[in-house]
Amino acid sequence: MATITTEGVSHVANLARLEFNDEETKDFTEQLARILDYIGKLNELETDDVPPTSHIHPLHNITKPDVVKTSLPRDAVLANAPEAEEGFFGVPRVIDVD
Amino acid sequence: MSLYQFTAHELHDKLKAREITAVELTESVFERIEEVEPQVKGYLTLTKEIALQQANAADIGFQNGDEMSPLAGIPIAIKDVICTKDVRTTCASKILNNFVPPYDATVMTKLHQQGVVMIGKTNMDEFAMGSSTENSAYQITHNPWDLDTIPGGSSGGSAAVVAADTAICSLGSDTGGSIRQPAALCGVVGMKPTYGRISRYGLIAFASSLDQIGPFTKDVTDCAIVLNALCGKDEMDSTSVNVPVPDFTQSLINDIQGLKIGVPEEYFTEGLDTEVADKVQEAISKLESLGASIINISLPHTEYAIATYYIIAPAEASANLARFDGVRYGYRTEDPVDLIGMYKKTRSKGFGEEVKRRIMLGTFALSTGYQDAYYKKAQKVRTLIKSDFDAAFEQVDVIATPTSPTPAFKIGERTADPLQMYLCDVMTTPASQAGLPGISVPCGFVENGLPVGLQLLAAPFAEESILRVAYTYQQNTEYHLQKPVISNSDDK
Repeated sequence: MATITTEGVSHVANLARLEFNDEETKDFTEQLARILDYIGKLNELETDDVPPTSHIHPLHNITKPDVVKTSLPRDAVLANAPEAEEGFFGVPRVIDVD
Repeated sequence: MSLYQFTAHELHDKLKAREITAVELTESVFERIEEVEPQVKGYLTLTKEIALQQANAADIGFQNGDEMSPLAGIPIAIKDVICTKDVRTTCASKILNNFVPPYDATVMTKLHQQGVVMIGKTNMDEFAMGSSTENSAYQITHNPWDLDTIPGGSSGGSAAVVAADTAICSLGSDTGGSIRQPAALCGVVGMKPTYGRISRYGLIAFASSLDQIGPFTKDVTDCAIVLNALCGKDEMDSTSVNVPVPDFTQSLINDIQGLKIGVPEEYFTEGLDTEVADKVQEAISKLESLGASIINISLPHTEYAIATYYIIAPAEASANLARFDGVRYGYRTEDPVDLIGMYKKTRSKGFGEEVKRRIMLGTFALSTGYQDAYYKKAQKVRTLIKSDFDAAFEQVDVIATPTSPTPAFKIGERTADPLQMYLCDVMTTPASQAGLPGISVPCGFVENGLPVGLQLLAAPFAEESILRVAYTYQQNTEYHLQKPVISNSDDK
């Protein structure tokens, strides 16, 4: 298993949509390295022929009939939004207008 | 005895006999809250107005001689990870500081159908990530048995309020031990049913292959009663399982003659507090004297369960918590420059340190180049952990272990070292990963007066065996009847 560097932590932070200052990056690097070092004990086990368990019950692709049902009223859904306008969630502009 | 001190089944008898009213009971609980909640700090939100309305509705039913459920008029507290319609639900996170769910979780719908009285929402580790409730963004909850110690976690508030008699029972959630461990540390009964027994619709997700809702109660009878109200397949949760739900009160049998109880050697090794070990061994001897056969068993992959858990749970959390981005609900950073910057600033300011640590750990374990080495490896070892239990349950009906390797520790004692805190879960995560039902029942006190919990586990959907053993144990011991004396000092 690999060890983790400050560059690695910055890369993962970007993937996770988080940002840290230098000190936080350093702290997380040390903590994650220590945790990953502990997790390295899994390599003591030979698991090539062991199937992975993602879920304990043998459930696959549960589907429901495709029936239209009443959903929550739009106002109730938008009530918690930090910004809402004309029935939509508001976000910073994502499309440039020349 | 004050009304708040009784169990739900005792109170039901009094309500039914019209000796008391639900309003009197509710007022008694709120008086107790005024008295000790400033020290315990188990609640994030109190819902007195709703509670009195619900109590009043229950009283009308009792007065009219209607058929009333065993939980009608019973004051119950709800962990703040469960969505309650029109009542703020924070997950003890700043990112959900102002979140008011527009719908009820299925468990809330079911409890309301029973006519319960909702007292309030309880404190927890932020997003249920932690073992001491110190990761709450709002407050520290104090263990009613010693206000200088933690109540356990992540459902520390729900455990503490039952121990402090500021609720008759409560709901928590258990991902790696978050019901059983605080139940042990607070000296109450806490049960995580089989994965899939109870709908998680409206439970704010942490690790979806592990999360399960369950009750905290003062005794095993109440535990069976609350389980009866909660279990069953739900159309709104495709992972809830369609298996028959028995009447769990039928398992309250004071007889374990002939039952086989396994004791795994791996749970009695270094790291286990000697006083805790003694109390749990005494409890096992007690079960033997009551007619059970005690069989030594081995669960050889136990030592890997923390490592697998701290890959699988953070990996799933990193995906589940992607939804908190400042768009649809909760906190949003002020004056965002662009969309990606808004996501990053919102999440970095809104989440606490432990939540960020787990998102980082999980994102790393799922990232390109590392997924096979970490996530898939952990899933494979999870199979080995589950196989250990499958083999054990060929031999025994129930497994008995300590719930927690130590009694409650001091506030602040373990916050500096995340890995030390993770090791608190060593006795509870293996069963979570196998999806097993498990209970913690009080089994004594260490010398300084802190409670110890006995954990009982069974095969998937064999809750009845657990309840029978736990009930028999309580019928023949008095640890669950002890109450903490909560000191009135103002300096906590």
